[in-house]
Amino acid sequence: MSWVTKTLSSTLGRKLIMALTGLFLILFLTGHVSGNLLLFKGDGGEAFNIYAKFMTTNPAVKLLSYLTYISVIAHVIYSIILTQMNKSARPVGYSESKASTNSTWSSRNMGVLGTIILIFLVVHLQGFWAQMHWGEIPTVTYEGEEYKDLYLIVSEAFKQEWLVALYVISMGFLGYHLSHGFSSAFQTLGLNHKKYTPAIKTIGKLYCIVVPVLFASMPLYIYFTS
Amino acid sequence: MILDSKIPAGPLAEKWTKHKFSSKLVNPANKRKYDVIVVGTGLAGASAAASLAELGYNVKAFCFQDSPRRAHSIAAQGGINAAKNYQNDGDSVYRLFYDTIKGGDYRAREANVYRLAEVSVNIIDQCVAQGVPFAREYGGLLANRSFGGAQVSRTFYARGQTGQQLLLGAYSALSRQVATGKVKLYPRTEMMDVVVIDGQAKGIVTRNLITGAVETHAAHAVLLCTGGYGNVFFLSTNAMGSNVTAAWRAHKRGAHFANPCFTQIHPTCIPVSGDHQSKLTLMSESLRNDGRVWVPKTQETAEKLRKGQIKANDIKDEDRDYFLERKYPSFGNLVPRDVASRNAKYVCDEGRGVNETGEAVFLDFRDAIKRDGRDVIEQKYGNLFDMYMQITGENPYEVPMMIYPAVHYTMGGLWVDYNLMTSVPGLYALGEANFSDHGANRLGASALMQGLADGYFVIPYTLGDYLASIPPKKVEEDHPEFAKVKAEVEGRIQKLLSINGTKTVDYFHKKLGKIMWNECGMARTAEGLKKAKSEIQALRKEFWSDVKVLGANEELNQSLEKAHRVADFLELGELMVDDALNRNESCGGHFREEYQTPEGEALRDDENYAYVAAWKYMGEGVQEELDKEPLVFENVKLTQRSYK
Amino acid sequence: MKLTLKIWRQKNASDKGGFVAYPIDGISKDMSFLEMLDVLNEHLTEKGEDPVHFDHDCREGICGMCSLYINGKPHGPQQTTTCQLHMRSFNDGDTITIEPWRAKAFPVVKDLVVDRSAFDRIIQAGGYVSVRTGGVPDANEIPIPKTIADLAMDAAQCIGCGACVAACKNASAMLFTSAKISQLALLPQGQVERKTRAEKMVAQMDAEGFGSCTNTGACEAECPKGISITNIARMNREYFSAVVSSDNL
Repeated sequence: MSWVTKTLSSTLGRKLIMALTGLFLILFLTGHVSGNLLLFKGDGGEAFNIYAKFMTTNPAVKLLSYLTYISVIAHVIYSIILTQMNKSARPVGYSESKASTNSTWSSRNMGVLGTIILIFLVVHLQGFWAQMHWGEIPTVTYEGEEYKDLYLIVSEAFKQEWLVALYVISMGFLGYHLSHGFSSAFQTLGLNHKKYTPAIKTIGKLYCIVVPVLFASMPLYIYFTS
Repeated sequence: MILDSKIPAGPLAEKWTKHKFSSKLVNPANKRKYDVIVVGTGLAGASAAASLAELGYNVKAFCFQDSPRRAHSIAAQGGINAAKNYQNDGDSVYRLFYDTIKGGDYRAREANVYRLAEVSVNIIDQCVAQGVPFAREYGGLLANRSFGGAQVSRTFYARGQTGQQLLLGAYSALSRQVATGKVKLYPRTEMMDVVVIDGQAKGIVTRNLITGAVETHAAHAVLLCTGGYGNVFFLSTNAMGSNVTAAWRAHKRGAHFANPCFTQIHPTCIPVSGDHQSKLTLMSESLRNDGRVWVPKTQETAEKLRKGQIKANDIKDEDRDYFLERKYPSFGNLVPRDVASRNAKYVCDEGRGVNETGEAVFLDFRDAIKRDGRDVIEQKYGNLFDMYMQITGENPYEVPMMIYPAVHYTMGGLWVDYNLMTSVPGLYALGEANFSDHGANRLGASALMQGLADGYFVIPYTLGDYLASIPPKKVEEDHPEFAKVKAEVEGRIQKLLSINGTKTVDYFHKKLGKIMWNECGMARTAEGLKKAKSEIQALRKEFWSDVKVLGANEELNQSLEKAHRVADFLELGELMVDDALNRNESCGGHFREEYQTPEGEALRDDENYAYVAAWKYMGEGVQEELDKEPLVFENVKLTQRSYK
Repeated sequence: MKLTLKIWRQKNASDKGGFVAYPIDGISKDMSFLEMLDVLNEHLTEKGEDPVHFDHDCREGICGMCSLYINGKPHGPQQTTTCQLHMRSFNDGDTITIEPWRAKAFPVVKDLVVDRSAFDRIIQAGGYVSVRTGGVPDANEIPIPKTIADLAMDAAQCIGCGACVAACKNASAMLFTSAKISQLALLPQGQVERKTRAEKMVAQMDAEGFGSCTNTGACEAECPKGISITNIARMNREYFSAVVSSDNL
């Protein structure tokens, strides 16, 4: 076994992968939410559609998107491996546990939260991402150039109450997942310092509220304005 | 029998250097042919096992705990003395030697104590190199404090957990040798007996505490680093498992037991709260720097207090007796451990004790808090106050603390010569298990020093001298003596399991503890000791006919473990009484009421008792024989202590 | 006080084990938790029943031998060792559930006694400075800033009781391992073997079958000595920088 595989199969190495992919996905979410803010522009979707085309065609963005796919897949696979390992580290459980007195609910249920988010992700990708890439989408023309009208798809989709509800609830779970994941990733990387850790924790707390709220407000905005 | 202490000739300061040179050496290639057994993994045991393995010997290390790191050295709080003179306050090897020999009330060997002071400086170097995080000053150098009334600051410390840090240092050195394969570790294994062949110790018999397997281990030398026997009193500051078994078995195989009656009673312990009490907790002596010790002036007030009719704070100053300040105006509350302990006992015996049991005195911080403010007191003693609160549920900032003396350390132990060898060749005793360095009273911060001195810096030299004298031929376990001792051990186990009487082991232990505490504790009389002797004999008889030990040998059986230990305490107790009865003087921790000055202080008899009382086992139920090793003082003048 | 004790009984490592309820009366609030169990054991012995086996030794909170998972928490409701827990933390009529530490790496020996030798093996893998007795420099030749010495001491206070493993939902030994790695990584004495130590101790920790760290912080919250999880961050740092820069393949 080379030192690389040995390291990556250690408990710490596996956690390193979780932290790095997690942080990358946080970066992705930041980009995703910023771009999607164009939905609020009120221009009938022009800016959003131009942005969507850019995101699917620009080579640099493409590279980033592959990294995102890899991150999601690695994050999921390693979480499964780690969960298995952690379960086997305690073959016989306790009959009574007061874990709530020593740790937060979200920190103990990252796997559950992650699974819910994964299910949401499948629905989400199938509804928009797959449509954008391979679906038959009506087109619009701005200044002589043709664009897929993803905005139309989005605004049609969010006329369905159940989907809006699904999105809003899922963002709640995302918030919980991030509330632990954000600062936990820094801890795993060993980035802990008297001076900076409090700032990281504060940013993490803000992030896990602001980003999911912004995401959740999009379907709500469309639902109530259409 | 003449006990040869093998003290080297020559001036005090050159003895150890010369002795190291004149000791025989084992050829480096031959070292791997010698096997050494180390029993106990406290400071002495772990440091010895690690150091000997580093030299190349094959070491087997045994402990009854689940890990060598749990040995009771870990509980030492205050610190470790060393004559480094880092503070430039006039300390020196000679001064540490002098303080220690005087503190021991002139009942220790000059040569041993001097060597202890000499190697004390190496201990600190060694521990720092291992990564022991001693307290430091802002400049990055080591911090010191004065301790136990010493006039110089020579105590090195790691918060209130010095013993823990030193032990973990020695444990890490031991662990390194386990990793190299030079030490084989046997945790949860109790030594049951020593095997002596042709007058030399050649191995031990052990019991695996999990499987019950009785096993034999052969070696060229056996080192007993098994601590003290304070648990003979049932209640003490020792760990629950601390026991005398290893030392006692060695004694029964021919090793002399020296000064068994020298026990140290520490004045500031949390008092007993009821019959359920299993052990006593020590509070640092430093509390007496600011706390004032008192009891009510009259029995009647004390009675009301005990019944809860009045509170301590309700008692007016004129109704309080600050007895230490009254009797010892110049030292006041800071009198030495033995004096403070004894006086607490006196006032309680007069019926003026407090607490529901009547066995406690107050240690009051009211005036200190009034004088310095609560913040200052909290800074100094915050952690101790918290500990007290945790255990008693009372807040010492508001109500006076209650304290009572408790057995803490045993200065007596297996008799050893200058080489730490017992009177059985090849059998050594290190640390608290031997008697050598503290005389009749141990000074604060000296126990850690002695354990590590013995293990790191004495035994590696002196053991080589012995091993070089015997051939490096493997000691075989098929010698009939091994089988014989093993059978004896198994027989004893079966005996204990088959009695199936009506009383638990703890019943006997508690009863023995009461006898020892009442008659052979802080103050002793010939009459009381005689009474105790017959009571112990009767109790021992009852034990062997009516003890109830459940379960089988072939399993983890904590009752059986305890039964073995208590059976040995029941024999040791009688010897302690014999020793106390023999020593017709008062010195250090040994106070015979018949021998005191008109002011009630200890009255030594240097003319008749300046000797080590070394007892020889003569057989089951036979009175032990006393051999004396005269103590010769060539360098210090014997004086009387006074604290008026 | 009158209590009901629900205690895990298991004859030996291969026995399946199960809970047995014991009513107990006459418990004083001043008793320590272990003294309360002593009382139970005296009763059991008198009745001819096998007493409950549990580990304990110093009974002053420093040797780390006592354990017990009491009412869903390691060392019970207070952040202290079980030997320092007193019955005044409980109420008359309570039912108290007592279980052994649960972890694959801490197999049950009997009743509430578990085998924690995995911790010793982690230390043996590198939790030391390789100095022989003698031949070391004068203690004051190695100045150490007070703040660093204090941090090292904070980590060195670990008593190796295993409450961190017991508390962790993954039965992870990160807090224990990191405390020793931290102590020696902070001190100048530990620099020479710094990288190898981190690599070897982590490898041994994994080999023992402990879980990974989810950073829940339960270990820190339950540690009787208050060892901080900043040590885990430091261990991670030490480990990652060691594996990328050390010469060990």
